[in-house]
Amino acid sequence: MGQQTTSGTISLRGVAKYYRNPNGERMAALSPLDLDIAAGEFVCLVGPSGCGKTTLINLLAGFDQPSCGSITIDGKPVTKPDSERIMIFQDYGLYPWKSALGNVMFALEAKGVAKSEAKATALHYLEIVGLKDSADRYPHQLSGGMKQRVAIARALAASPLVLFMDEPFAALDAFTRLRLQDELLRIWQEKQPTVVFVTHDLDEAIYLGSKVILMAPYPGRLRKIVDIQLPRPCDRTDSVFAAYRRELFREFQLVHEEAMDYAI
Amino acid sequence: MNIGSQKIFSHLVPTVGLLGFIALWQFAAGFYPPVQLPGPLDVLRALRELMTDGVLFSHISISLYRFFSAYLLAVSIAIPLGLFLGSYTTARRAMDPLLQVLRPISPIAWFPLAVLWFGIGNAPAIFIIFLSAFFPMLLATIDAVRQIPAIYLKVAANFGAGKTMVFLRVVIPAAFPGIMVGLHIAVGTAWIHLVAGEMLGAQSGLGYLIVDARNFLRTDWILAGMLVVGLLGLAIYRAMRQLEDLLKRRWGGV
Repeated sequence: MGQQTTSGTISLRGVAKYYRNPNGERMAALSPLDLDIAAGEFVCLVGPSGCGKTTLINLLAGFDQPSCGSITIDGKPVTKPDSERIMIFQDYGLYPWKSALGNVMFALEAKGVAKSEAKATALHYLEIVGLKDSADRYPHQLSGGMKQRVAIARALAASPLVLFMDEPFAALDAFTRLRLQDELLRIWQEKQPTVVFVTHDLDEAIYLGSKVILMAPYPGRLRKIVDIQLPRPCDRTDSVFAAYRRELFREFQLVHEEAMDYAI
Repeated sequence: MNIGSQKIFSHLVPTVGLLGFIALWQFAAGFYPPVQLPGPLDVLRALRELMTDGVLFSHISISLYRFFSAYLLAVSIAIPLGLFLGSYTTARRAMDPLLQVLRPISPIAWFPLAVLWFGIGNAPAIFIIFLSAFFPMLLATIDAVRQIPAIYLKVAANFGAGKTMVFLRVVIPAAFPGIMVGLHIAVGTAWIHLVAGEMLGAQSGLGYLIVDARNFLRTDWILAGMLVVGLLGLAIYRAMRQLEDLLKRRWGGV
């Protein structure tokens, strides 16, 4: 399936996003920020609602344009979505009229891969996510966890340099979520894409991310960046894990209190 | 109540309702001369009479021919146009005032023009049926395209799918269930206007049969014609629903 190149360096300079509220005032969904994400890094964005994490990931993926500043990936400015950087959504975004196989094949056929080759490749990626036997099933015949695996297989089939994941496991039950976290880590280690992963679950962020970026709301901004130095996969009950957890929870609490003050 | 008798009961209720209506009709018919209100038995006799000399079948076949040709004509124009207008906001905005004004005009109101333009025969009836099917189909198709979840298009754009691929492989299948609703509604309105169209401008067909029977004061034929219209309409509607269920299952329970 070809070795992935190890580029996928993301760089943001003075990136901000403003919008007009109903009174016509200019509000910052995201106040100006600089950020560098190294190729092959697994970065988690965490923060309460209103902190701009979804705004940020949409800008990174090219679904939306920043009001100012520049976003580059491997030195190229991001102006529109591209199959080198694939977004995975919380509600999967699978096509209900296509089987699991058909959904994965879509990624390949969009690139102009011939049907027979696309089928073989798609089956390979379904195998990676453990769904080869369900290739002919339709999304409505799959559980939430299985649907998200199909979406992951579809994303991988495009051989992206960067994976953007917008709360991909938030709708899943706890056990499925833990399992998919492990699978994602395994796939990340094997394919080494850059991953930007939005979550509101601090444990998930520490477990997955080599870097956790805590964001704060009103206006959306970066609050703290924590490098997580743990082996992957790590032990969730490890004392180092607990230390990171404590650190981030304390910071998170502060963010929450400030947000409350603002709301009052 | 066990399941078996529940099933019998659920079939019994509509049967009893229907039989009750027929009994009431027969009873009421006793008070009027057959020319004003023939009873159910008279109507059955009239039906047999119409069937034996083949008149009924020739009316049915010409009606079905008009119905299906008008319906297919509407499908072949309304759906492509709806897909286009649903996809392009500017085009839709440009067409919207015209559609809003044309839509509330009953297809029947077009009849004088239809006769002026097409004369007497198949064409005006087909035109009326076409109009009655066209608008529900067009509006349902436009809505179906506009209501495609944004995420479907986002995903397609993300994977770099070209315009043609997005249209053929995302827009059309995603809009399909909504288009199906329009096709379903259009069957109903088209069938209703079939009779109207044939009453006004045709020399054959079920609508003509009903009007012609009135000219001869054959009230039993009128009711027989109405009964055939009702039963055929029901059959077409049912067939449509079967087709819809089949396609829905194929579509993955959207």
